[in-house]
Amino acid sequence: MLKPTSLPAAAPVELEAGHSPWGDAWRRLRKNRLAVAGAIVLLILGFLCAFGPLFAQSYQEQNLDLGATPPSADHWLGTDTLGRDLFARILYGGRISILVGLVATFVALAIGVVYGAVAGFFGGKIDSVMMRLVDIMYALPFTIFVILLMVFFGRNIVLLFVAIGAVEWLTMARIVRGQILTIKKMEFIEAARSLGFGKRRIIFRHMIPNVLGPIIVYTTLTIPAVMLLEAFLSFLGLGVQPPMSSWGVLIKDGAEKMEEFWWLLVFPGTVFSLSLFSLNFVGDGLRDALDVRSAKD
Amino acid sequence: MLRFVLRRLLEMIPVLWVIVTATFFMIRFVPGGPFTAEKAVTPEVLRNLEAHYGLDKPLHRQYLDYLGNLLQGDLGPSFKYANRTVNEIIADKLPTSLELGLWSLAVALTVGLTLGVLAAIRRNTWLDYLCSSVAMTGISVPTFVLGPLLVLFFAIHLGWFNASGWYGPADRVLPAATLGCVYAAYVARLTRGGMLEVLGQDFIRTARAKGASEVRVVFRHALRGGLLPVVSFLGPAIAGILTGSFVIETIFQIPGLGREFVNSAFNRDYTLVLGTVILYAALIIVLNLVVDVVQVWLNPKLKFE
Amino acid sequence: MRPTTLACCLALGLIVGLAGCGRSEKPAAPAATGATPAKAPMIFRVGNGSEVQDLDPQTVTGVPEHKVIMALFEGLVTENPKDLSPMPGLAESWTISADGLVYTFTLRPNLRWSNGDPITAPEIVESFRRILSPSLASEYAYLVYNFVAGARDYYEGRLPDFAQVGFKAPDARTFVVTLNHPTPYLLKIMASHYSWWPVPTHIIAQHGPLDRKRLPWTKPGNLVGSGPFVLESWEPNKLISVVRNPHYWDAATVKLDAIHFYPTEDLATDERMFRTGQVDMTYELPNTKIDAYRRDYPESLQIDPYLGVYFYRCNTARPPLNDKRVRQALALAIDREAIVKHVTRGDEQPAYAVSYPGNSGYTARARLTGTIADAQRLLAEAGYPGGKGCPTIELVYNTSQNHRAIAEAIQQMWRKHLGVNVELRNEEWKVYIDMQQTKNFMMQRGGWIADYLDPHVFFEIWESDSGNNNTNWSSPEYDRLLHAALAAKTDAERYELYQQMDAILVDELPVIPIYYYTKVAARSKRIKGFYPTLLDNHPYKYIHLAD
Repeated sequence: MLKPTSLPAAAPVELEAGHSPWGDAWRRLRKNRLAVAGAIVLLILGFLCAFGPLFAQSYQEQNLDLGATPPSADHWLGTDTLGRDLFARILYGGRISILVGLVATFVALAIGVVYGAVAGFFGGKIDSVMMRLVDIMYALPFTIFVILLMVFFGRNIVLLFVAIGAVEWLTMARIVRGQILTIKKMEFIEAARSLGFGKRRIIFRHMIPNVLGPIIVYTTLTIPAVMLLEAFLSFLGLGVQPPMSSWGVLIKDGAEKMEEFWWLLVFPGTVFSLSLFSLNFVGDGLRDALDVRSAKD
Repeated sequence: MLRFVLRRLLEMIPVLWVIVTATFFMIRFVPGGPFTAEKAVTPEVLRNLEAHYGLDKPLHRQYLDYLGNLLQGDLGPSFKYANRTVNEIIADKLPTSLELGLWSLAVALTVGLTLGVLAAIRRNTWLDYLCSSVAMTGISVPTFVLGPLLVLFFAIHLGWFNASGWYGPADRVLPAATLGCVYAAYVARLTRGGMLEVLGQDFIRTARAKGASEVRVVFRHALRGGLLPVVSFLGPAIAGILTGSFVIETIFQIPGLGREFVNSAFNRDYTLVLGTVILYAALIIVLNLVVDVVQVWLNPKLKFE
Repeated sequence: MRPTTLACCLALGLIVGLAGCGRSEKPAAPAATGATPAKAPMIFRVGNGSEVQDLDPQTVTGVPEHKVIMALFEGLVTENPKDLSPMPGLAESWTISADGLVYTFTLRPNLRWSNGDPITAPEIVESFRRILSPSLASEYAYLVYNFVAGARDYYEGRLPDFAQVGFKAPDARTFVVTLNHPTPYLLKIMASHYSWWPVPTHIIAQHGPLDRKRLPWTKPGNLVGSGPFVLESWEPNKLISVVRNPHYWDAATVKLDAIHFYPTEDLATDERMFRTGQVDMTYELPNTKIDAYRRDYPESLQIDPYLGVYFYRCNTARPPLNDKRVRQALALAIDREAIVKHVTRGDEQPAYAVSYPGNSGYTARARLTGTIADAQRLLAEAGYPGGKGCPTIELVYNTSQNHRAIAEAIQQMWRKHLGVNVELRNEEWKVYIDMQQTKNFMMQRGGWIADYLDPHVFFEIWESDSGNNNTNWSSPEYDRLLHAALAAKTDAERYELYQQMDAILVDELPVIPIYYYTKVAARSKRIKGFYPTLLDNHPYKYIHLAD
């Protein structure tokens, strides 16, 4: 991300009216077939999870006599051990998982990027104190932290985001700080300083856009981690409560039954992987699109 | 640099103190205690138990006692495992976790760096897609799925390994592969991303123009800058790997520290929770320090501050 | 691009499918490990659940501890391997006084600890002094002081002199216990519960004061016991190994050379170890595996009755559960047959009463009866016709797939038949127990597994001031019957009182019984001399492995 050539980004307004870098990025993104395909898959999945349940069978209606059955015409993806339609459960589970994946990751992203950027930019004592705080957060026992949260605040979905956000932003902050440190001394930042720009403007307009690459990559790695973390939190009693489910919980359950009822793992697992692959290709595409030089290659 | 490292090591003391203090009080406010059991302990028995472990004293007194013992290197008795102390448990389990961690780390770095570098230098070709897909598979298949799958195939179906246990060298293979794969995936993705940032830069073009071989360009120049995000990630990740993985140690029945980490919290084994947290905290701090040193080494423009 | 994505997903599916195939091909079963030469030691390898806290019979609680301690220690009375009825152990005989209060045991001649030192009656008295000493803080001390004369006063400090407690040793081979009140099932407790098994006080004293907790006497090399086996090694979270005790009084009966206990927490791992032949017997079998074993390894699948009941505990102080008609309606609307057949799947018996049927010749006559229509009528009488106006019931269970599946099934039954809404909530184990003991719940999943083989074990917990009642339910009549039962002269008279108590429980329903447990495990068919017992205790000295 050491990118002296992105200097135009420092003063875009005056130089290029009507031909913004964001517009360029959008054009480049559309040309990336992999990213477009990924985006389409994500849109379809999101659409299915949002509206599919209106048409699919009930996610909670049981049929104990039926029990676990492999895929059939009645139940496209089979049924779980209580005889519930797996397809409907995956769609409903997707609502939770996508919501958690997006919101919690956004929380982690927002805190991590700002925190890391501020620490890296100011350096010295401020950096030192901020980073030791990160060390402390890393070391506190997570299980106990979560149980305490529930004791004091009761259980609700906001708490879920807080709990996940609280752990996932730390590595993001350290990565961003590391990157900021390396670009801090570069000419275009010095130039911005000499032009008398404010600190806030330098951080948000000049530095963060220049470290977007690693941020995007790490974000795409955070989303699956968050979705699986949700399954652990529901073990502690925080998270979705049955009969509702989530992808993480479905996969965890399926893993315990994979030899007996393979479909209970394979289908939720496939949907989960499919969304992660797509997400990743979109992420790569975004990274490329936002990279000024890559367009010239 | 020496001054930098020394100052950071000194900073460890207040940081550890905050961690110990926060953990000490946090765990006391969690519902249930070490002697909470399904068959209720009678009130008289509970009183005697608490007296034995000093839990009948006021909380601040217990805290000061704990700090006093800690300064002498005594982490106290385990509440759950009556004839062992926390020092014994850590001394007993840490080497196992370290060994598993080092093997896994070897797998993670070898596989991860290879995939990442290959993907970056052959960007947007089938090789890139293949490497990236392998990495993504590693991320989207959680350890609790991958571990049992490997066991089913290699231990039960093929009969090459034990299903679990920690006896001979062969027992290291499946756990290290499982744990290594997850981190390999992260390393691969971050390496690719980092390398791409660097490969497009002018100094790389200059190096190429001067006729430097591709291998030299990649390993001498690109990898140095490209590894930055990986290094930031690896600090805390290595601390996690070395102190053991709960899932892997449970699936493979390995006597490591990762299980103690998680189970001590579930057992409300106050002293064992604190002991493992202190160990982990110290590792995190030291490794983040190492990361900061390595970052300077990777980028000579930086200075220790 | 897209093909790549697809291919990877296919690959994932393939791996899973491949592994799935592995199952149907019947890998070399445990029996195939018999490639060992004829003179190889006969080692019994078992999954043991989780790591033991300790091996001191006077301070531990828990099943994994029990399994190992059974190999290392023995009581004055011990268990018959087939039905667990008391039979001579360290004592060769005993007499009981006519009023049922004084038990006089005669020790076997030449009785020795595993290091060769003699076991004498005075040391056994010392051993009981140890478990009753407050500073040892033994969790099961109450199983001794509830019965023995003066023991409770001694434990609580009102009686300073141990000589006044009901344990006496008139001579080296005679040991006398005097009780507070007749306890018809005392011998069963002595045989089955380790809190009554003597420990070598002269060895413990070498490591520190007898009544001090956490002495290192139980470490390998230090531990001395009285059972058929002796501790050889103990590697935490890895393996506990016990070998024959040459000084055991009945060493000639012992057939196994060693037992290896594997503390395998993860039941799925335990089961995989069984399939690779690393263990001969699992601790349990996950219920998802039951059908597969029925199909593929029926000879290894063992399902035995297990003396315990699974129930839903009602907080009878919280509306709507404070109305017994609501509790009755809920109880009647559960299709127990469907739950055991489709959800738990381990041949459990549906429970229509609280106490376990056929336990020591006692079966409750009282029984939950009624149709769904009766349930609906009861709910309407309570003021909630068709569930209208009925507050949502919050049902708490500790995190486990099995508890969740049962709760989900019952949630649907109540919604469908009664129109009652149930909110499910899972909690981590200690939080769940804490909620239970502080009665901070509306309805909770619960279970009770017997410590000893007598119907009494299912009645004492519902006494008003029992620490295990936790329902806010109390009945003076029930308490009166319970005390009368303890004073009963014969079992027949006692069981008649239990019948009345069972009738009260089925009518009042402080807990809604659901099913009686079974013990499901994978067990190699090479294991001989192993009999199904209600407590899942299996004296090791009779077990051997066929080739």
